[in-house]
Amino acid sequence: MQSILSYEFMQNALMAGIMASIVCGVIGPFIVTKRMVFISGGLTHAAFGGLGIAYWLGIRPLYGATVFVLCIAAILSRLEGRTDKNDLFVGILWAVGVAIGIIFIHMTPGYAPDLMTFLFGNILTVPRSDIVIMLILTLAVVVPIVTCYKGFVSIALDEEYARARQLPVNALNTGLMMLVALAVVTLIQVVGIILVIALLTIPVAIAGELSLIFRRIMLLSILCGIMICLTGLSLSYSLEVPSGASIIITGAVFLGSVKSIKYFFFRRRSTATGEMHP
Amino acid sequence: MQRDNDMEHLIEIRDLTFGYGRTAVVEDISLDIADKDYILLIGPNGGGKTTLLKLILGILKPWNGTIAFQKDIAGQIGYVPQFSSFNRNFPITVSEMALSGCISGRNYLKRYSREERRRTDMMLEKVNLSDKRNESIIDLSGGQLQRVLIARSLVSEPAILLLDEPTASIDITSQSTLLNLLDELNQEIAIVVVTHDPTAFSLSYRHLACLNKNLYFHGRGKLDAAVLENIYGCPVELIGHGVPHTIVQKH
Repeated sequence: MQSILSYEFMQNALMAGIMASIVCGVIGPFIVTKRMVFISGGLTHAAFGGLGIAYWLGIRPLYGATVFVLCIAAILSRLEGRTDKNDLFVGILWAVGVAIGIIFIHMTPGYAPDLMTFLFGNILTVPRSDIVIMLILTLAVVVPIVTCYKGFVSIALDEEYARARQLPVNALNTGLMMLVALAVVTLIQVVGIILVIALLTIPVAIAGELSLIFRRIMLLSILCGIMICLTGLSLSYSLEVPSGASIIITGAVFLGSVKSIKYFFFRRRSTATGEMHP
Repeated sequence: MQRDNDMEHLIEIRDLTFGYGRTAVVEDISLDIADKDYILLIGPNGGGKTTLLKLILGILKPWNGTIAFQKDIAGQIGYVPQFSSFNRNFPITVSEMALSGCISGRNYLKRYSREERRRTDMMLEKVNLSDKRNESIIDLSGGQLQRVLIARSLVSEPAILLLDEPTASIDITSQSTLLNLLDELNQEIAIVVVTHDPTAFSLSYRHLACLNKNLYFHGRGKLDAAVLENIYGCPVELIGHGVPHTIVQKH
């Protein structure tokens, strides 16, 4: 293990993995309980549009994706609650985001190798400079969630009651959507656009099997995320398979094992994250 | 929203109109809620009962008319919603759920105070859920969940409690527990209950408000079939089981 860690790219990969796990663990439980998984998928794919535009403009793709996704999140949260067509809109966004990305990459002269990294993810190529940006993004997600924890839990638990208690529900919803957008951008670095959803949901699903208390689910999600990332990375190193896919498969296997152990030994119905509404 | 120090009633609603889209759901409603009142709000589905509660709570903004609150009452209204209106499978403990009733627009960035935790413990004691305080709400029965919602509505020490269909998803034993609890609370605070089952509350209520777009307000002993037919828009049968004004709607 020591020899693996002596490589700088491995150190970077580890740090990226840990930060991604923290982001997932903090925002994931909100995404799952507020049923925002599909919206997160839409934002993730919209990010690809931002990447394409940034590439064409010749600026750092991560900046492009961040700005683009934040704009989309702001628009989405304004639409939410005002129309039941949200689902439809997210589906369209999903497709159009990718299309915009492809068009702009096509228009950019020369081959764009970095974009493949964004599509499928390669945690092993995360440069030191991106680690710094990731750290900033991680803090930008974690700090608001921690300071405004009561408010975010209120809108996830009972939005109407929060309104009756005069909480700024619309602002909180917009804020949460922005944080999801930031989380998505952070995660794209690690596992790629296609696998972001898995990293936002699998650790939460595992944590939901282990606890029925939101705070603990958050903490367990972070720990599960770190474990999945580390195990996935080592497997990717020793078996020489792509790292993003390796991390996700590890997570899926881990989730499967926890579910089966619970089923065979405890016979408890799955709860918190499995079926959100009766 | 007006605030008046010299108001006679806790809440005075005047000429209230609201609707969704272009259709008015409630129209020209006037209603006074007195201190320690006990009002049953009945009426057909879609008659605007829940809408009226949401207007009082400030969740919806009226098209027309005013809702005036006695000093310091606005924002201090307890609310027990229907089960369907919130995420019943949210992973949260009984005590955290009850504690969340303390959250308001002013304090949601702060931590819970010791005083708020103490009040929450007291209310859980009152609704007889102290032994369940660290359990997840997912594991509760309908009756227990109902009592958590009541505890949550009481931790902010309201002067009035609004309940939306509180008997809808609980069994008969829980129902009598609920009725006793409401009677006890009514010693101190006003209660407004939206219900399809006025029979259950027939021993306790002081006023009956019938809402079907328009509002008809009655004291005890002033209700007859003609009035109900007017409200429900269909013939209604009154049955006395030794209790006044037991109402059964004919289908």
